[in-house]
Amino acid sequence: MKKKNKEALPRGFMIGPAMAWLALFLLLPLGYIVVISFLQKNAYGGVILHFSLASYRSLLHAAYLKVFAESFLLAFETTVLCLLVGYPMAYIIAKSPEHLRAVMVLFMMLPFWINSMIRIYGWSTLLRNQGVINWILIHLGVISQPLGMLYTDGTVLLGMVYDLLPFAVLPMYTSIEKLDPFLLEAASDLGAGKMHTFLKVTLPLTSPGLFAATIQTFIPALGLFYISDMMGGAKKMYIGNLIKNQFLSARNWPLGAALSILLIAVTLFLVGLYSRVGKMEDIV
Amino acid sequence: MEDKKIIVRLRGVVKRFDGDVVVNHLDLDIREGEFLTVLGPSGCGKTTTLRMLAGFETPDEGTVELEGKDVVGIPPNERDVNTVFQNYALFPHMTIEDNIAFGLVEKKVPKKEIRERVQEMVKLVRLEGMEKRKPSQLSGGQKQRVAIARALINNPKILLLDEPLGALDLKLRKQMQQELKYLQKKLGITFLYVTHDQEEALLMSDRIVVMHDGRVEQIGTPEEVYNHPKTKYVAEFIGASNLLEGYVTEIEGGRMTFSFEFGKINLKSRGFKMEEMFYLCVRPENLRMSQCPVEHFHIRGRVTEVVFAGSVNRTFVRLVNGQVLRAESQPDVEIYPVGTLVYVYWNPDKCSFLHTQEDQIYDVIEEEIDKTLEEEANVSIDDVLPSE
Ligand SMILES: Nc1ncnc2c1ncn2[C@@H]1O[C@H](COP(=O)(O)OP(=O)(O)OP(=O)(O)O)[C@@H](O)[C@H]1O
Ligand SMILES: [Mg+2]
Repeated sequence: MKKKNKEALPRGFMIGPAMAWLALFLLLPLGYIVVISFLQKNAYGGVILHFSLASYRSLLHAAYLKVFAESFLLAFETTVLCLLVGYPMAYIIAKSPEHLRAVMVLFMMLPFWINSMIRIYGWSTLLRNQGVINWILIHLGVISQPLGMLYTDGTVLLGMVYDLLPFAVLPMYTSIEKLDPFLLEAASDLGAGKMHTFLKVTLPLTSPGLFAATIQTFIPALGLFYISDMMGGAKKMYIGNLIKNQFLSARNWPLGAALSILLIAVTLFLVGLYSRVGKMEDIV
Repeated sequence: MEDKKIIVRLRGVVKRFDGDVVVNHLDLDIREGEFLTVLGPSGCGKTTTLRMLAGFETPDEGTVELEGKDVVGIPPNERDVNTVFQNYALFPHMTIEDNIAFGLVEKKVPKKEIRERVQEMVKLVRLEGMEKRKPSQLSGGQKQRVAIARALINNPKILLLDEPLGALDLKLRKQMQQELKYLQKKLGITFLYVTHDQEEALLMSDRIVVMHDGRVEQIGTPEEVYNHPKTKYVAEFIGASNLLEGYVTEIEGGRMTFSFEFGKINLKSRGFKMEEMFYLCVRPENLRMSQCPVEHFHIRGRVTEVVFAGSVNRTFVRLVNGQVLRAESQPDVEIYPVGTLVYVYWNPDKCSFLHTQEDQIYDVIEEEIDKTLEEEANVSIDDVLPSE
């Protein structure tokens, strides 16, 4: 009797809390942002309750378009680097003896349980002109002047790749691990060398992992702002910085909200694309 | 047959995994164009042997020669050997056509020729109309055909098949057996076929290699292996057999006398030493029964069970020493009900004598015989000598 009752809990009772959670922490803030984006800005922060499309119109300003372009470029570069570095890492982990794999994944993830901002701050103390690396190099006599490593586009890219690499490695690792080793043997049996086996069998069959890695790096890369702040010296403006500034310093909440909506739209589009391809994968 | 070219020669091949010897000093010659089956229980090293031929494993000792050339160390993609994998291993992202064409594309065969040969192959394995499908859209039997076509299109020196029919149901299995045999005959390609289904081995093979614990127990035609097993292991592994233990008591002028619990048989000498232990092996279908003593050598026993097994009747007869023999007879042969006293006998040509590896002392046997004689005084130990 008791057991049956347990199983027969009303559906609403089960999904109810999840729905409440979603409504409270996702839909409510999202709706709030949508509403704000259509209002007028108040010079002292906050908004005036007056419908306006002004903030969406200003998105088309050349200055903002440049920010979008640079953000996409940075996200693109980050993604490509993450894939190039991450694929071999994922491959090595997936081909390791089974008992080592979990340990390797753990070691890769370990730093990422520390707050990302703290780690990025750590990087900047390493790289700055008075930092450890320059200090060692100068004392070894390798260089006489500190290398201006921090506050360049390159360091921002480095920080981004460092921060997002695990998100690229994990899906690719899963994909490579699933790959049937007999398929590789079959390719070799049919005359394919290592390179051809990789290009014709391994790569296409792990492409779902590659695609997932792309999405999982590209989307966060678009929105990250503190890396360019901390490692790039906030010299260049990216979408993330722009949004942050609109809310915190420029006091243009509607514009910040409109920018956020844009970012969310791009993200949703990519996620939609991802789930479409995910479905296609089932047919293959 | 005998002077056919040897295409593969394994000599003293040893393979160890983590210190365990999996293939143990294996010698094997494969003749050009033959259908050779490796038969053995699970874990005896069949797959490992095949993988060493294909190049996926490297032997720890010994040589693997392909057409007289030692191929140890040569990677699989540079060997003229193709494999049909047990789980098919079709490329899931390629169409059937592309799967079959894979080997030729790698060999950089001209596109037009590839198209023609793929078409030919598709027709041969009866997959017309499925060229554009993906492997996931095929049935098990169809996948199997693709796997075979994909390997055969390369015209390998030898085709390795590792339990290719293992995943198919009985009916499809029977059908594929015939198709495979037909393909092999038609194309004249040497097949090395692994199975642990003895019926399949007997049915399809030109020769059978019986493997046990990483060694070859016997190589021979299905007829030889079945009717004249060389070892107790082979006799018990292939088909059911009745084994009677005995030893050699006399050797004289090309003939010798075998003695065992139930009497003596005088036969042409077959390379046994004096006092050597042996097993006399009679297949169930060669064991006959009669209610009165026959001219042949015979043993008395009592019917304990009769089983109807479709095409044959199976009768179990217990002998005085408790051993149970199994006889199989056609349905039109008279069967004796349970409890009947019968004489079992066999055509002397239809039995084989197996050496035993164990060094048993014949005194022990003699003692046992004496004991049995005492217990059961009415046992007939006639000195019936078979003719020939
Ligand atoms: N890569 C490997 N590492 C360790 N042990 C292995 C490896 N491959 C095979 N073995 C072991 O070697 C032995 C022989 O294996 P093999 O696959 O050759 O047997 P088989 O005769 O093909 O058996 P089956 O009929 O079950 O397929 C088994 O005990 C197996 O566990
Ligand atoms: Mg096997």
